[in-house]
Amino acid sequence: MVDIITSVSLPVDEELQIKRNRLMPEMCSGTEKRISIVTGIHGDELEGQYVCFELQRRIMEEKEKLSGIVDIYPAMNPLGIDSITRGIPAFDLDMNRLFPGNIDGNMTEYLAAGIMEDVSGSDCVIDIHASNIYLTEIPQIRINELHEAKLVPLAEELNVDFIWVHGASTVLESTFAYSLNSTGTPTLVVEMGVGMRLTQSYGNQLTDGILNLMRKMGIWKGDVKRPRNPIVSRNPDDVCYLNAPTGGLFVPKVHHWEKLKRGEVIGVIADPLHGVILDEVKAPADGILFTIRDYPIVDEGSLMGRLLRREVYE
Amino acid sequence: MQTRILYEIKGMYRDDFRITGYEFGEGENAVCIVGSSRGNEVQQIYCCSQLIKKFRQLEEEKRITKGKKILIIPSINPYSMNIQKRFWPTDNTDINRMFPGYHLGETTQRIAEGVFREASEYALGIQFTSFYMPGEFVPHVRIMDEGYSSAEIAKLFGLPYVVIRKVRPYDTATLNYNWQVWNTQAFSVYTTTTSRIDRNGAGKAVLSVLNFCSQMGIVKYNAPEVIASTVLYDTDMISVRTAKSGIFESLVRAGEKVEAGQPVADIIQPYEGEIMETLYAPVDSKIFFIHDEPLTYANSAVIKVVKEPFGVK
Repeated sequence: MVDIITSVSLPVDEELQIKRNRLMPEMCSGTEKRISIVTGIHGDELEGQYVCFELQRRIMEEKEKLSGIVDIYPAMNPLGIDSITRGIPAFDLDMNRLFPGNIDGNMTEYLAAGIMEDVSGSDCVIDIHASNIYLTEIPQIRINELHEAKLVPLAEELNVDFIWVHGASTVLESTFAYSLNSTGTPTLVVEMGVGMRLTQSYGNQLTDGILNLMRKMGIWKGDVKRPRNPIVSRNPDDVCYLNAPTGGLFVPKVHHWEKLKRGEVIGVIADPLHGVILDEVKAPADGILFTIRDYPIVDEGSLMGRLLRREVYE
Repeated sequence: MQTRILYEIKGMYRDDFRITGYEFGEGENAVCIVGSSRGNEVQQIYCCSQLIKKFRQLEEEKRITKGKKILIIPSINPYSMNIQKRFWPTDNTDINRMFPGYHLGETTQRIAEGVFREASEYALGIQFTSFYMPGEFVPHVRIMDEGYSSAEIAKLFGLPYVVIRKVRPYDTATLNYNWQVWNTQAFSVYTTTTSRIDRNGAGKAVLSVLNFCSQMGIVKYNAPEVIASTVLYDTDMISVRTAKSGIFESLVRAGEKVEAGQPVADIIQPYEGEIMETLYAPVDSKIFFIHDEPLTYANSAVIKVVKEPFGVK
């Protein structure tokens, strides 16, 4: 059943509506667990669109095996998705810096508050992101260290390759996930794939994981695949950041999720005007590349990749 | 006057990105003044340009106090200004949400670090900045409520209002917030406009900085007698909100005094021209902020007023 959870009129003959599709068993006792699948907070991240579709497709094939509530929120920032805009168009605001919102606030804060009210109380929320248009990410879950104890066991069920427990930051307190976690609704942030594109294999992998988690929670009685064993990183020193020392054209020489030896060439930064290589990007340590640049133009400082040190997974 | 490139990034096809600083006087680092950090902050760069002109004159006339150094950075983001985009050209990040910066980080973190390395060496910091919503302000100075900056010193600008802002999580990566973390007294000056030049508004802003610098003993300038600023918290302002989206027609201007019940704006139905909603002044007050775009959304605080006289129940 599709419901409009919050809406606001736009100036010229249009209503901004945020929609939720609720799937539930034919007969409910009132004690069912609820999982919420949320995506589209950033309008240029589309990997979650496929997961919303694929999860529902699989559930509908065996609807009798649904034993709890599945809420699908495919477009938290509908204007952004429909205009290929990361933030909220017209305001140029990052929607993921507006939570928990304010029901008496301006349009964007009002929408954020409406979303919070509807999603709060879920037994688990999966907030699916797709990095941005510049970087491709291996399927991973990012967890604020403040909520580690509660969230890591849930994340391990989701069939991702990597769980990254990161430090707390005041700026991140206005994110959707932080706002929900700090008010008692467990929320997992998935990052996978790349902005503006679909990576079906990652979408299928995560869908397998969501069904597995649903089964653990008592929401799904169908068969599930055993989740893969993720690498868990808790130490900030586990991750090496590869930032461009100069602007140019980044030409990768290795594949994503490839195990590398220290000194191995990850890619080059080329100068197309003069036809020369400006810099060779080398692995700073033995490790595995869990983020790699997809968008080829780099400025000085642009992130080209992130490498997880070998000691973490061996 | 000395000019110096404070930070530089090599461009691929564009000219190199440069942040240029203008230094006046010699000695202890007294005050750093920063102009536009976003590509649409034209009024902010204009204010700095007028200040540079004025400080140049003061220096020539030997009216900069001996032993005091002033640094003015008219823009920390010329790349965005030149393509008329508010945030960073490639990744749309906001340099004023990247402080204190990180020299090995992403591009805008590096820029912020390059600016902050210089700016944080000064005892006083002044930033011309803008609001995320388009609109016209009464010129005022803002300080953060958790910090090192004093409202009493902010009054020396002689602007009608000193606003003390309650710190929100996203403020913690701004230049103003980080300045005071590193023991610089920081003041954000909001002039009337952002993306268009208001010469009178800029003139008031320039005068306010000269008042401030004069009273802090940095320059010798015969400032007119400054008005007594009203100090208030941002939460003291009363918002007038729209219930409807549509064409916004203001009936008043920033700075105007209004009486309780006075119509201050109409929202017009964009197809049929009917007035869908009239907004009224909730109390006897002064218009502090007014939206200045032709369209508006529902639930928007299009007008903010300050009760007049302020502090009287």
